[in-house]
Amino acid sequence: MTALTLSDLQAGYDPDLPIVKGVSFTVSKGEAVCILGPNGAGKSTMIKAIAGLVPCFGGQVQLGETEVTGMPSHLLARNGVGFVPQTENIFTRLSIIENLQIAAQLLPKPERPRRIEAMLDMFPDLAARPRELAGALSGGQRQMLAAARALLTEPEVLMLDEPSAGLSPKLVGQVFETLRRISDTGVTLVLVEQNVRAALALTHRALVLVDGKLAHDGPTDVLHDGRFLGELFLGHRAAEAGR
Amino acid sequence: MNPQAIIDGLIAGSTIGLGAIGLTLTYSILRFANFTHGDFLAWGAYLTLTVAGVLGGLAAGLGAPVYPFSFGWGLPLAVLGGVALTVALTLGLDRILFRKLRARGADTIIIVMASFGASMALRSLLEFIFTAKPVYFTNALQIAKPLGLGMRATPDQLMVIGLTALMVLGLHLLVTHSATGRAMRAVSENPGLAGVYGVDVAKVVRVTWIIGAGMACIAGVMAGLLVQIRPYMGFDLLLPLFAAAILGGIGSIPGAMLGGLIIGLSEAFAVQIIGAEWRAAISFVILVIVLMLRPQGLFGRKEA
Repeated sequence: MTALTLSDLQAGYDPDLPIVKGVSFTVSKGEAVCILGPNGAGKSTMIKAIAGLVPCFGGQVQLGETEVTGMPSHLLARNGVGFVPQTENIFTRLSIIENLQIAAQLLPKPERPRRIEAMLDMFPDLAARPRELAGALSGGQRQMLAAARALLTEPEVLMLDEPSAGLSPKLVGQVFETLRRISDTGVTLVLVEQNVRAALALTHRALVLVDGKLAHDGPTDVLHDGRFLGELFLGHRAAEAGR
Repeated sequence: MNPQAIIDGLIAGSTIGLGAIGLTLTYSILRFANFTHGDFLAWGAYLTLTVAGVLGGLAAGLGAPVYPFSFGWGLPLAVLGGVALTVALTLGLDRILFRKLRARGADTIIIVMASFGASMALRSLLEFIFTAKPVYFTNALQIAKPLGLGMRATPDQLMVIGLTALMVLGLHLLVTHSATGRAMRAVSENPGLAGVYGVDVAKVVRVTWIIGAGMACIAGVMAGLLVQIRPYMGFDLLLPLFAAAILGGIGSIPGAMLGGLIIGLSEAFAVQIIGAEWRAAISFVILVIVLMLRPQGLFGRKEA
């Protein structure tokens, strides 16, 4: 069953200079997919366009059978899309519990306390001090709060934009361990990541984006050979894919 | 020094603080200095006066003063109508002007200039409809009662101070303890992320306009009740309103109120110490000092 479909998606900040130049792929329900590519390839722009934060100039985004192209981000959240931006992904001036309470507004009232409790159980670091300002959390804890917030509403598709960016190797390990637990619950995961090794270890399938176009779509095993990925990043394979 | 300055300052500060709350909310959520806010005060006062006139025409008894105040039951009822009309005016202005500019991604300076132009238009329209001649909610005279320590105040003045305290407390609780308040604080910090969290940012903007307009209307009625109603009453308050909002820290409701009280008290003491002609300069002096020494204000956070 298909969770997410992109058909010839074009997106960016200026219609005359699209950053995502006609990308198509599908993600099955429960699948974990990573999106790789060199800096400036359009990975973050693409994921933001899916999340309703960057304008789409052409093509389609479908969530299951529903077309959601250009839908405002708050309606996408209500339609089952969880998105964790790379930076500024929590409200630092609100407490940990308030961050979760805002997301919980999407749920029916009786379910809210149970889901917040479930998230605090899943992330014990957050449960220890729920009234503390989120701005006081460490980098890793912030990513956990961001993931908890996104998971709280039990999204059908969870998208994360470089969750390991700026974290120490130890914290990266913690974040990916958390993502593995999330993936094991059956949530469809779409992960944009620069940490190729960790992303390949976590996901089943990799999409490689080069210059706004899809240069590779296949199982992650193939990409464990660094030379293949290097060629993709440097353009040789991308040129072949484009022919 | 005459201790009456304390009462005078608290009364002036109540109006300034209430007006500054609306200003600070729209500034923190819509991210522009809204010059029309002062005119919302004046429009709120005139619209309430109009509704009071209609009510007085329908039931003459509503205008009779209720002891110990100088006004009758018609005024509180008229305030409800005045608030509703001021909210409608504000939402209408947002729809035809500010929302279109936001949708186009206009720079902040463009939106500020647009608000400046709209402010002049609103003020001229008031003068055109109601003329520049001052008008009053009531002609009844009140005798100030002694409060002790050489201070005196009329019942209307004490009511204004008490009502302001209640409204500030209520609004503070709304913003800090309700889902609406959490959403407002979230949009104030990061509107894009608020959308990702599922917050309907457009709805939060509407709620902000509604609260700001309601506060402006009530502040205008208070100023009109204690002094007089003039088309320029809001414009004259604009600098103290901005000074109070910036002094308190943009986005902080208690800050705006405290800022208003500080400005009101400073003006009242300035009248006694250096003369009434310097009263208007005090807000400007405080604004400059705050911007130089603590630009984030008393309760504001320093930008990273």
